[in-house]
Amino acid sequence: MSVKVKEYRGTYYSRKDLEEGRVMAFKDRPEARYAWATGVAMGRFLAELKQGRIVGRKCRVCGRVLVPPRMFCEMCFRPTDEWVYVSDTGTVLTYSVSYLGPAAERLKEPIIIAVIQLDGASPGIGILHKLGEVKPEEVKVGMRVKAVWKPPEEREGAITDILYFRPVEEG
Amino acid sequence: MERRVAVIGVGWSGFAPQTADVSYKELMFEAATRAYDDAGVDPRRDVDSFITCAEDYWEGFSIFDEFVPDQLGAVLKPTCTVSGDGLHGLVNAVMQIESGLFDVVVVEAHSKASDILTYEGLLKFAMDPIFTRPLGWHPYALAGLEMARYLYDTGNTEEHCAMVVEKNRRNALANSLASYAADLTADDVMDSRPLFEPLKELDVAGLADGCVVMVLAAEEVAEKLADKPVWVLGMGWANETISPELRDWCRPVYAEIAADMAYAMAGIKNPAKEIDLLEVDDRFSYKELQHVEALGVCDYGEASRLLEDGVFDRDGDLPVNPSGGSLGVGNLLEASGLFRAMEVVLQLRGEAGRRQVQDVEVGVAQSWRGLPTASGAVVIFGSEKEVKKP
Repeated sequence: MSVKVKEYRGTYYSRKDLEEGRVMAFKDRPEARYAWATGVAMGRFLAELKQGRIVGRKCRVCGRVLVPPRMFCEMCFRPTDEWVYVSDTGTVLTYSVSYLGPAAERLKEPIIIAVIQLDGASPGIGILHKLGEVKPEEVKVGMRVKAVWKPPEEREGAITDILYFRPVEEG
Repeated sequence: MERRVAVIGVGWSGFAPQTADVSYKELMFEAATRAYDDAGVDPRRDVDSFITCAEDYWEGFSIFDEFVPDQLGAVLKPTCTVSGDGLHGLVNAVMQIESGLFDVVVVEAHSKASDILTYEGLLKFAMDPIFTRPLGWHPYALAGLEMARYLYDTGNTEEHCAMVVEKNRRNALANSLASYAADLTADDVMDSRPLFEPLKELDVAGLADGCVVMVLAAEEVAEKLADKPVWVLGMGWANETISPELRDWCRPVYAEIAADMAYAMAGIKNPAKEIDLLEVDDRFSYKELQHVEALGVCDYGEASRLLEDGVFDRDGDLPVNPSGGSLGVGNLLEASGLFRAMEVVLQLRGEAGRRQVQDVEVGVAQSWRGLPTASGAVVIFGSEKEVKKP
């Protein structure tokens, strides 16, 4: 409404009308399924996760170790040169305490999402994962963390083979 | 054109029904590396802007343009995606150069069809949800409807369409990139299983994976870098309506309009005389005849006679799809048009190997975005900067 118009002509409807199907609408859902070929770099990365190892690729020109690995360096535009194992320990670069789940549902126990620079990866290159065994108020940028893996027999070659990262005390 | 633009490099990768050994990023990196080597450019130093042609639903990603810079050398540079066929991307690259904003622009298109598990589901989702989807038929039935009316109006026959398949799949035998090269006959096509009458199994191009990357440059750069720059002489594109209810069903009007626009730009008055080579969309056999007629090479209904006379053969007066077309090479989804452009470029450079057409100076690539669209583009290429007057 505006100052001049108190009520527009037409039929007003409420949320209830929508929910009860009194408003004409047409529903459909896409049948869209994919099986992305992981290729050389991601394929090796996932196979290594299954073995409890994290692998990256090194570009000899810029010297960076890319984790997750890729077969080309996006800055030098050339093939990367070698496989490099990195540690499953690292440092929190940034984090967020998430009170909403993937479908925007409110969570009683928040998820702590973090970017972790693994030891052996180049500065600023961090993988996305979750933190666990820690209270939200205890998390800090720069915190040292270590991967908590699924038991070997349950791993399937997926990023979720790492359950989460937990804080470690280092002397 | 105000500022002349040339293709100075082409590269490809894949071109197989299945490329399970590489990711789409690795596929693109390989094609880009070849194109940059061919052009003699370093993408990090020499390329000003990058354009990719992709459709989110084919890729299975939202906002797919965000996923492309790394493997093209485009990180930290102007990059955009055209949601269209490769030729749509190419005309945008030409415009970016003509505007004076950039000197060197790269265009990329690919198909990773083997990553798609529900090809029919994606096609269905491109149709109207209220009027068409609920009817419950395969989207390729639209091609059956069009073919039926096209043959009815023009007098071209199913046998002529079968001859197109024979020609293209045999042409593909000389193309190492072709996934569906075969020494088969029109009779084999006529005997193949009916799909959506009059469309038969062998009238339809099979899917393939592949990536094409092309480097374009302004005249002064092109002449410095390339021994054989291939000039863009004209281009056009057009959309009809997505509503099948409103279509012509005989004439692909989108191709007529696109061709008229491109011919006007290139100064072509008599296409049959001034063009040496055609690469047109043939994802369904009848589309080749229909597109050749829409491009004004002959009247509607006359392509069949020219086909019978061998005019469209690789050694004929006006070779059509010497590459093998989509029927021979495979349906490369949004890369279909850019693949055709690459074939024209290689032919004009005299680098088409065993399938080289003799005495070619002007070649045309035409694209259609595939079912259920009625849109496409036409680009005219020349080994010289002007179309020679006959």
